[in-house]
Amino acid sequence: MSNSSDILVSARGLSFARGSRQIFNDIDINIKRGSVTAIMGPSGTGKTTLLRLIGGQLQPDSGTVTVDGEAVHALRRGQLYQLRKRMGMLFQNGALLTDMNVFDNVAFPLREHTDLPERLIRNLVLMKLHAVGLRGARGLMPSELSGGMARRVALARAIALDPMMIMYDEPFTGQDPISLGVLVRLIRLLNDALGLTSIIVSHDIAETAAIADDIYLLSGGKVVAHGSAEDLKQSGSEWARQFIQGLPDGPVPFHYPAEDYAQDLLSGGLA
Amino acid sequence: MKSVLDHLQTLGQKGTGFFERLGRASILFARILGGAPSLFLRFSLVVQQTYSVGVLSLLIILVSGLFVGMVLGLQGYNTLVDFGAEESLGVVVSLSLVRELGPVVTALLFAGRAGSALTAEIGLMKATEQLSAMEMMAIDPIRRVLTPRFLAGVISMPLLAAIFSAVGVIGGYFVGVGLLGVDDGAYWSQMQAKVDLYDDLLNGVIKSFVFGIIVTWIAVFEGYDATPTSEGVSRATTRTVVHSSLAILAMDFILTALMFGEH
Repeated sequence: MSNSSDILVSARGLSFARGSRQIFNDIDINIKRGSVTAIMGPSGTGKTTLLRLIGGQLQPDSGTVTVDGEAVHALRRGQLYQLRKRMGMLFQNGALLTDMNVFDNVAFPLREHTDLPERLIRNLVLMKLHAVGLRGARGLMPSELSGGMARRVALARAIALDPMMIMYDEPFTGQDPISLGVLVRLIRLLNDALGLTSIIVSHDIAETAAIADDIYLLSGGKVVAHGSAEDLKQSGSEWARQFIQGLPDGPVPFHYPAEDYAQDLLSGGLA
Repeated sequence: MKSVLDHLQTLGQKGTGFFERLGRASILFARILGGAPSLFLRFSLVVQQTYSVGVLSLLIILVSGLFVGMVLGLQGYNTLVDFGAEESLGVVVSLSLVRELGPVVTALLFAGRAGSALTAEIGLMKATEQLSAMEMMAIDPIRRVLTPRFLAGVISMPLLAAIFSAVGVIGGYFVGVGLLGVDDGAYWSQMQAKVDLYDDLLNGVIKSFVFGIIVTWIAVFEGYDATPTSEGVSRATTRTVVHSSLAILAMDFILTALMFGEH
């Protein structure tokens, strides 16, 4: 195992249940500083839940999550908020504040957390917007943006406070090929240029695998496979191969569990 | 068929559900108040919300106030004239408005106009993850979103109720003095003589202040507690209007009994 200071985020023995449904069952995850790590798995495996656990928005049933040496769930509210200032998060649909324009959305965390003069805030916001290529869109309202643009604005907002890490929740879902390409490139570029650590939750295999240094495959509340994209393609796990290659049938059955087909038809709904 | 036990169980579940929500609402109330002191430094947030909660409710309050006043003038005149006491019309109109109709009708309209809008806005912010995003930006959505809206509601309600009563008195004047021939001087002087600053006006202001707290509290809680789906937000909006209307009427009875019950 690598030196612990190389690890920015780690989950140890993490378990979490929603009602009677066990979402995570004793999982261990390490995320290296400066890397782009992908968390992949079928829909409903709790990938987003994992991000919320890392961000301290949910409490695990057992186990710990450590971010930059601090145990997230042992922190007091004020300390947690201090830690969150160093974490950026990109929500699935951007989650821009709909009553403000693009500029004010990006300026929002700066205005809330700093006493910088307005001129400096303007420069900072324009720099962040320029980095995502939307300096010219500063006057638009969120409702006037396409899905891809909204995510880029949200990305500019997420890096406004120069965080140490960014978590991406399904950044590629529902994007056309051009904005997909832009987002993929931006995530890698920002990660390397700003010295960030990125965590991407996604089930878009090709896009994610192209930029991820490290991939965790989750299923049924467990880490099924872990390694680089190459490792996983040659993985011994049949499940990982099914997932990576997108095969319709395999260890994950095509059919939702049901009673016997013939029996079901013959019973005529009278059973 | 359901057994008696099943019914009892449902009843019990509803009961504990109610108290659980009440508990959550109370905790939220405390947290909203906890955020209030820091807002004195950023009062512009409250002013902004006072505009959308209060100023934008003005039209409905003005129009309703005028009509309620006119109806009071008409009904009051018809009753008073039988006793030859139509000179007292000003007193009837103003006391009805200041003590009861002003605070109560304003609060009901306020719940429908501003309360429902608050719930829908906050509920949708939750559904579109805006509140979550704020949390992740280390900004407490309760302080940034809920507290300014709550304070705006509490500030707006007494002012709106005062405007409602004032316009209502003018409406009563139009009908009573303008159309039905009540003496102009009597309308105003009797009102001046009989309406007490503390017993009537102040109690009315207290009522409208309490209703303002209740309506806005229910509205922001329902929005914050809403299930983050379209259906959840629509249900929450309906609950805001229904629950706050019931709470206003029940609270009005209690306050009236406390304020005017000893005569």
